[in-house]
Amino acid sequence: MTTTTTPATKAPGKRRVISEWWNNLSRVQQWGVLVPLVVLIYFLPVLNPPIITTQPGYDFPIAMFEVARYALVAIGLNVVVGQAGLLDLGYVGFFAIGAYVMALFTSPDSSLSHLPFLVVLPMAMVVTMIFGVILGTPTLRLRGDYLAIVTLGFGEIVRLLADNVDPLRGNSGFKEVGHPPGANADGSPLFNNSNGIPWYWLCVTLIIAILFLVGNLERSRVGRAWVAIRDDEDAAEIMGVPTFKFKIWAFISGAAIGGLSGALYAGQLGFVNNQKFDVVTSMLFLAAVILGGSGNKVGVILGACVVAYIPLRFQAIAEYKYLIFGVALIVLMIFRPQGLLGARQRLLAYGRQAYQRLLGRGEQISSDGALQTEPTPGSKL
Amino acid sequence: MSMTHDLSSLVLAQGGSWITFDVKAFLDQFWNNTFDGLAYGSIYALVALGYTLVYGVLKLINFAHSEVFIYGVYATWFTFYFLGFRPGITPTLSVVELVGFLFLAMLASMAISGGTAVVLERVAYRPLRKRGAPKLVFLITAIGASFVLQQLIFIWRGGNPELGIRLMRNEEVFTLFGGSITNVTIITVVASIVLMLAANYFVNKTKFGRGIRAVAQDPDTATLMGVNKERVITLTFLIGGLLAGAAALFYMMKIPQGAWYQGGFLLGIKAFTAAVLGGIGNLRGALLGGLLLGVAENYGQSLFGGGWRDIVAFALLVLVLMIRPTGILGESLGKARV
Repeated sequence: MTTTTTPATKAPGKRRVISEWWNNLSRVQQWGVLVPLVVLIYFLPVLNPPIITTQPGYDFPIAMFEVARYALVAIGLNVVVGQAGLLDLGYVGFFAIGAYVMALFTSPDSSLSHLPFLVVLPMAMVVTMIFGVILGTPTLRLRGDYLAIVTLGFGEIVRLLADNVDPLRGNSGFKEVGHPPGANADGSPLFNNSNGIPWYWLCVTLIIAILFLVGNLERSRVGRAWVAIRDDEDAAEIMGVPTFKFKIWAFISGAAIGGLSGALYAGQLGFVNNQKFDVVTSMLFLAAVILGGSGNKVGVILGACVVAYIPLRFQAIAEYKYLIFGVALIVLMIFRPQGLLGARQRLLAYGRQAYQRLLGRGEQISSDGALQTEPTPGSKL
Repeated sequence: MSMTHDLSSLVLAQGGSWITFDVKAFLDQFWNNTFDGLAYGSIYALVALGYTLVYGVLKLINFAHSEVFIYGVYATWFTFYFLGFRPGITPTLSVVELVGFLFLAMLASMAISGGTAVVLERVAYRPLRKRGAPKLVFLITAIGASFVLQQLIFIWRGGNPELGIRLMRNEEVFTLFGGSITNVTIITVVASIVLMLAANYFVNKTKFGRGIRAVAQDPDTATLMGVNKERVITLTFLIGGLLAGAAALFYMMKIPQGAWYQGGFLLGIKAFTAAVLGGIGNLRGALLGGLLLGVAENYGQSLFGGGWRDIVAFALLVLVLMIRPTGILGESLGKARV
């Protein structure tokens, strides 16, 4: 954490000024800014602002739900990629498992006994966590780039199983997947496939809850261990961090969030089949995390908004989205590897207040991240 | 509504079975599968060499190598097309004509693939190397490059595979142990082995090959000893691309309708599996891994059913990395003997 205390040598940019101003506010002041913002975010689909709206091309509330779903996925993937530095290319596998658990236990097409949506939602998370352990235990001992390939293989295996195993119904899929309880005034279900607003609210609420949980994890021993592993695994191991254990934890936490978003996706769409779980989707998830800035929660949400929203808003370029995001990845890696908003290395929790009190001025933040250029060039290649 | 009932119905039936074993088909088709698998395996092995060489020198999994391969496939298809062949009609050619046309297609394909690989290296990887970027950045760039190359084909040719063009029928030449050996199998296996021996000779016996091995062992020391590292890296990408181009021709002979923008992805992963199976960075390992994978995949297909072919390949990849991450022959481009 030494980098946080060295004064910035470059003249601080405008963005840095904003981020320092933000970080030196007290917790209460931060809330004063956040609450109106959150309220605004909640009411976005109701307001349907003229320039932002995706209509007439795409229903705006459903588009907003899509964006929120991507944001949830990005937060989950960020725990794995951004916090712990494990490149997971098969994240869509966890997403698919979550969706299938939801479908298997709520759809009338499945012969299993049916459970309420709200019971299956945590079940989906637990099942994906179990798969996370099964996949993680043997593979997290591997080198980083091998891990990428194994997870890629895992993602494909999940998709191919959905194709080929009869009880998972392949392309015909599961219809009438369950939804949360609640009814409109006329008795029709509140959560239906055509009205995105309740789903959006549910998803945003879950995002806020998850942000709290992940934020607390980050500031805890676990989060510090993740950062240590990401920055230098060998050094962390020598310093007594049980790296394997914490890597598994990162993997499982990420998997659970992936399963949660998969289950939500299944519920909103009301239909699950073997489509939409291909590797390209995995890559889009990854693009969201990398574009926004891996290791930075706000950054990855921003990245998810970009990745999910732009193709829906500008339907004309939707066909080229993979090309555009591919080019964006290459250009970003060459010119700004830390993403739009890089991960910040900063004092955590009470360290900040102590620093402020001791030096009488706010903390200065270096905004390098998981993918920053290493200080000793030439050592890796 | 008991949980045990649920679990048992989930595992056992639920309107169909999860896995079926067709032992009879497996035994009946054993030798056919073996020979056919060897043909697939040689193609995997040729592509795997590209992964292995680049990994040996740069410690980078070149994700975009699958796209280098698929560019070769398209080059082959267009060569056939411009030579006047059309989908659906299999011409009758004399042996000299056939060999000439195939050779021409192979040259075109190798040129395109090799060129793509070199351009990729220049545009995507070199700027990162100059900056000494960490490994993860290279990997993400490789993924981005793979996306871009794939989507360029998609935008140009659309989402459907090209109709297959055949220059020759895939006919049985003779049988061995009751399994048939076809002309395509013979050409593919023999030509692949010749190409691999050539690659092996190049890396182990020539001056350029010594440069490659030196950089693989220790880039900094090699540079101090007067090896031009950048040129060696370009050369490595070029060789990988050339071999992928050759593989593309054999692939088109085996699967004429294989020119598809996503066709490279699956084959790329399998070739990578082959490289890991034999020991990544090890040229002979790539051959062994490729042949093993091709055969195992065919066995899996006849044992479990058609859709399980790819699952077997991926499961093999995961298993190998869990049990023996260094592969069967171990990883050793740098340690290869002179």
